[in-house]
Amino acid sequence: MEILYILWLRQVKKYFRSRSRIIGSLAQPLLYLVAFGYGLGSVFAKAGQGNYIQFLAPGIIAMSVLFTAIFAGIEIIWDRQFGFLKETMVAPVSRFTIMLGRTLGGATVATIQGLIVLILSTLVGFRPTDFMLLPTAILFMFIIALLFTALGTAIASTMEDMQGFQLVMNFLIMPIFFLSGSLFPLSGLPAVMQVITRIDPMTYGIDGLRASLGGVANFGLGPDLLILSGITLLLLFIGSYLFSKIQI
Amino acid sequence: MADENIIKVSGLTKKFGDFTAVDNISFDVKKGETFAFLGPNGAGKSTTIKMLTTLLSPTAGTISINGKDPIHDQDEVRKQFGIVFQDPSLDDDLTAWENMDLHAILYGVPGAGRAERIEELLKFVDLWERKDSLVKTFSGGMKRRLEIARGLLHHPKILFLDEPTIGLDPQTRNHMWSYLKNVNKNENMTVFFTTHYMEEAEKNADRIVIIDNGKIIAEGTAEELKAKTGSKSLEDSFLSLTGHAIRNEEVGAIDRLRARHGGWRH
Repeated sequence: MEILYILWLRQVKKYFRSRSRIIGSLAQPLLYLVAFGYGLGSVFAKAGQGNYIQFLAPGIIAMSVLFTAIFAGIEIIWDRQFGFLKETMVAPVSRFTIMLGRTLGGATVATIQGLIVLILSTLVGFRPTDFMLLPTAILFMFIIALLFTALGTAIASTMEDMQGFQLVMNFLIMPIFFLSGSLFPLSGLPAVMQVITRIDPMTYGIDGLRASLGGVANFGLGPDLLILSGITLLLLFIGSYLFSKIQI
Repeated sequence: MADENIIKVSGLTKKFGDFTAVDNISFDVKKGETFAFLGPNGAGKSTTIKMLTTLLSPTAGTISINGKDPIHDQDEVRKQFGIVFQDPSLDDDLTAWENMDLHAILYGVPGAGRAERIEELLKFVDLWERKDSLVKTFSGGMKRRLEIARGLLHHPKILFLDEPTIGLDPQTRNHMWSYLKNVNKNENMTVFFTTHYMEEAEKNADRIVIIDNGKIIAEGTAEELKAKTGSKSLEDSFLSLTGHAIRNEEVGAIDRLRARHGGWRH
């Protein structure tokens, strides 16, 4: 238990110590909120879909959780290059414990990042509809964070250096974000997009977040939670398996 | 003492595909001894250390670390030793204290007395004043000292040092060895080290094993090795045993393994 705590604490401390990284990673969501929110807001309203910022904000919050979580997982590559990974790997601790501690730490950091973006989004006009559902929203952020930290861990466990990272970013992470209904409603999509959005696990995270923050859900909170948790467990399993296979 | 040998290696072999990195080697290290494991680049030193420290499993042979078997009793073996790797393995974004504390918890050093132990060791390596500084502000020598302090934290029976003094100036090197000699004497801790500096081995090692092409080619005290080859210095003795040819900087064993499997990870 203490081991999980110290590994968790390490991630959280490192996050709060990298102020420039925090500020840098807030610029992007803010830009998206302003550019899309204000830029497409009138078109969205004319199409009879209501307030776009209200629709968009949960998607952007989920996006920053996604990116932070993936980075937290990928950080294993840095630890490998700077040598710290060896220190944990030769300790009398199971690899599963190490992976779990790191993942919980990374997920916590990503959730904090999501909360900061939530606060920022209120500055551009977003209003959560029901404050009673705020804990549910945080729960969704945390599960999204867990899922993608585990995915980042799985990917990082099979990579030697950061060279392949651009590939992962462009062919996996960006599609996960753009094809998840973060920016557009899921109803009335072409058939192909119907299928793709429903395969993307992020879709359920965003839907759950939107339901708890904005009151509108496509699938409903229950199904969202169930599907998202299932995929998260699966990825935690895959991630810890691949992590256990890392050769030092 | 019934069992004086703290490390026992017998018939140890490691193959990567059809390449034999370590070829049927056997040697013992006595308790409390300072033991040097020497060899040219690519001789099999690092592969052997990795097997002794549970990071790699042998193809054949047996190892005993303080009576424990690294293959079947991994965690028990890991508690027996401390290790200072060839490359730094500290977390640069944490302070000296935090690096020590994290290590203490990973190794199950009990909470009571933990802070005292960390203080004692940081003072021992002259880093107490810098305990709250981030490690990234440390010089190479300071990082090395911190790693040694960290390696000693859980009272290991054996300290493995893989080229611990590489890139350090003579002052730092000297300091480091005086620390190590101190612990070696006071806690009867066995020191197992590799180095390319022959005078370092000559000065500090009680006993030396030289490995080349995966096989042990000589064993004894520095004096014995010098007498055997009729050399004045251990360096000459080493060169006459392993030849003067410059070794190509061999890729590491793991890289070799990866290259065999398509190398897509590069």
